[in-house]
Amino acid sequence: MIVRIMGEGQWKLADSHLVELNRLDDELLEEMESGDQEGFRRTLHALLDAVRLIGEPLPDDALEPSELILPAPDAGLDEVRAMLRDDGLIPG
Amino acid sequence: MSGVMKRMGMIFRAKANKALDRAEDPRETLDYSYQKQLELLQKVRRGVADVATSRKRLELQLNQLQGQSAKLEDQGRKALALGREDLAREALSRRAALQQQVSDLEVQHQTLQGEEEKLTLAAQRLQAKVDAFRTKKETIKATYTAAQAQTRIAESFSGISEEMSDVGLAIQRAEDKTAQLQARAGAIDELLASGALDDQSGLAKDDIQAELDRLSGGTDVELELQRMKAELAGGPSAQKQAIEGGGAAAPQDQTPQQQSHPRFEK
Repeated sequence: MIVRIMGEGQWKLADSHLVELNRLDDELLEEMESGDQEGFRRTLHALLDAVRLIGEPLPDDALEPSELILPAPDAGLDEVRAMLRDDGLIPG
Repeated sequence: MSGVMKRMGMIFRAKANKALDRAEDPRETLDYSYQKQLELLQKVRRGVADVATSRKRLELQLNQLQGQSAKLEDQGRKALALGREDLAREALSRRAALQQQVSDLEVQHQTLQGEEEKLTLAAQRLQAKVDAFRTKKETIKATYTAAQAQTRIAESFSGISEEMSDVGLAIQRAEDKTAQLQARAGAIDELLASGALDDQSGLAKDDIQAELDRLSGGTDVELELQRMKAELAGGPSAQKQAIEGGGAAAPQDQTPQQQSHPRFEK
């Protein structure tokens, strides 16, 4: 499974690691929906660190589609919320 | 599986699909870019060919001039053997003017050769880039799917524009070089047409320049006259030296001649 961290690049992860990542990911979603700024930041960084640690970075010129996408480390809660709206991310 | 990661991925794909439905086929765009790069490469190659042609023309002219120079030297020697020192002097001064032309042309030839090498290198680098782009293009086309496209294509296109600007620079350089060389070739053509390159006697120049040339060539002429005299009195080995003289070996030749020379004069 290939995960992209926006603004950083792609990491290749074994599917077996997904369970742990999913736990953090669900937590992140919950914090975003409840508006917990501090928790959101902490969980996002934990998730990104986990991907970087577990994953094997893909070379910049690799041509692989990303199956999962994570916000950039400095992305704010509102920013991510906007991206997840139906008309976010890619305008139009 | 409804976390941020998954949802962002899903939204990306959905958006990519929507965007791609409207957009032109990126595979066509890639092919078009490749076509453009091939055309640019062709241009650079033509530039290399132009430079090579100019260089060959210079080489022909150099050969011609060197032939004339040798002929004049021979004439000078014959004139001296017949006791016509005035004729020999004239032949040698013409030869001196000719030698000046030869060394000028040699400098031009060297410059041209350097430019040709640089241009050849640029063409090779460009070829490598175009090849790399072709591979990249085929990979992109092969892995192209609606879901992958949005992130992928954006990256690929920024890559392409980088390649294109590099190509643009190389082309610019090649075109500048070609224009410069064409101008130079044109100048040589004009010189030939006006007879300035054929008539190496210096008579085609204005009188003052001819006089100046004669003055500056004068010492050489005297030296050569003396050498020829020495050689007429001397024998075959001295003659051989004289024919080959005028190059780097000349200063070495002169020393023994100057020493032996008063004997023949007095």
